[in-house]
Amino acid sequence: MKNIFTLIEHRRGEIRNISFELLTKARELSEKTGGKVTALLLGHQTQTFINEIKSSAHRIIVIEDEKLKDFNSEYYKTVLSNILTTEKPFLTLIGHTAFGIDIAPALGSKLNIPVSTDCIGIEIDNNVVATRQMYGGKLNATINFKDSSQFLLTIRQGAFTVSETNLSTEVTNIPSPLKEDLAEIKFLEYIEAATGGVDITKANIVIGIGRGVKEQENLKIIEDFAQAIGGVVGCSRPVADSGWLPKDRQVGSSGKTIKPKLYIAMGISGASQHISGMKGSETIIAINKDPNAPIFNEANYGIVDDLFKVIPALKKKIEELKQ
Amino acid sequence: MDSIVCIKRVPQTTDLEIKIDSSGKDIQKDRLTFDINESDSYAIEEAIRLKEKLGGTVTLVSIGEIGNDDIIRMGLAKGADSAIRIEYSDELDGFATAQLLKNTIKDLKFDIIFTGCMAQDDGYSMVGQTLAELLGIPYASLVVKLDVENNLATINRELEGSLIEKSEIKLPALFTIQTGINEPRYASLMAIRKATGKEIKITDAKNTELTKNTTITKLFTPPPSKQAEILAGTTEEKAVKMTEILKEKGVL
Repeated sequence: MKNIFTLIEHRRGEIRNISFELLTKARELSEKTGGKVTALLLGHQTQTFINEIKSSAHRIIVIEDEKLKDFNSEYYKTVLSNILTTEKPFLTLIGHTAFGIDIAPALGSKLNIPVSTDCIGIEIDNNVVATRQMYGGKLNATINFKDSSQFLLTIRQGAFTVSETNLSTEVTNIPSPLKEDLAEIKFLEYIEAATGGVDITKANIVIGIGRGVKEQENLKIIEDFAQAIGGVVGCSRPVADSGWLPKDRQVGSSGKTIKPKLYIAMGISGASQHISGMKGSETIIAINKDPNAPIFNEANYGIVDDLFKVIPALKKKIEELKQ
Repeated sequence: MDSIVCIKRVPQTTDLEIKIDSSGKDIQKDRLTFDINESDSYAIEEAIRLKEKLGGTVTLVSIGEIGNDDIIRMGLAKGADSAIRIEYSDELDGFATAQLLKNTIKDLKFDIIFTGCMAQDDGYSMVGQTLAELLGIPYASLVVKLDVENNLATINRELEGSLIEKSEIKLPALFTIQTGINEPRYASLMAIRKATGKEIKITDAKNTELTKNTTITKLFTPPPSKQAEILAGTTEEKAVKMTEILKEKGVL
């Protein structure tokens, strides 16, 4: 029987959306394979989580332990190894999140289960066939696995859309295998990043800049344009990494999620981490030299041209219009 | 404090149109330039800073052919003490890469292993964590801050939505370094010249038996989820069209 397990991800008392995305995909796959979907819930004070997941899976396996309250790869790996070894699910799905990235590769290696990461598509025949992206989203790759009785995939956030369902769910409590404190990794605390003067999540118009801006000196041109159009300047990861803009201007999965009326992506190629932070914008316009940049797959309108030729022309038109 | 930094040489494809080769499983690389993987460059910097603060050594390890010597020498010029190149040329998946690294690193003395958190080409984000598991040492991924005191590391990991997770980890340990953790230095011309003469130890791994868990069987252009309407014409015409759209949408 090709059973599918999904790992429930929660943080600070809340289930993260990826958990429902994984359950949705698992149910879709199980309809074809005839296997059952099991949600793995590791945590402390799990009752509210159980209520939330109930009806989304055929079964929930709950491991309740105070040591599992916050994510700790050492504890989670120990517990998950235990379960995957005894239950032997055909396929295990974990989110490709800071949590899943940390635990999945080592877990697979420990249990000798083949792993592929950041997958956006899954097919099941005798084995598993996965689709994932390479080269910053410019290409997709079909991934085949060596023969195995178990597979482990991490799944990109937002790759699958959550759907509602109403399954009757069996809840199985398994006693925690954690007998003593493990000593190597100790979770201390969560820290909220400091915020500066500009809140890009509240702006109507955001100009997002990426690597294509090339030099810090060019920032002035962008700032002037943003002022002309009445927007604020946000950025993709490389710009924040270089220190050209503060970290709180970074749009993307590890930064801010924004939903402005208008987002203009300038010189941003469109890595998935960035896309997930801006795809909710009402109108997206992308300006990029590379006609195949993945950003054009997300934008409503595109301009394939040199950024620094487009900006002055555009600024002039906008200023004319405003007069 | 002795560190090992695992570095990868990757094709530079930002702003470039990439083409699939005749095998259908790889890209055309003959016209591309290559450089060190971005997060690996931050990993080197973190190792060198640690050495400057606490003493010890930095050893670079890289899998590949002679072309890799460019990025290795640049690391040496920046301040690494020694380097090992694992001679291997076949395609590797994340698990096989970690096995090759483990074979070499298990015999070395180290307190910390650094890797980048993700390769720009294949984007697996798995080699570091897998390597740590194979070596039986604790690890943390996506590290954006590191402090070391008395064989205990305090680290910040980058989570989603501007949130940071702070943890303590006992050394020896492995850290996968996220970009932006520091500001990688430039090597001076003098240092680059000096590094040209430094020895790079070669470990021949061509006949190593490796388990490959996954194989890329096909590459293809992603189907667009929402194809943008591309505004055509001269730059001036594009600007006019875009201004009209903005007016229509009521954002001006």
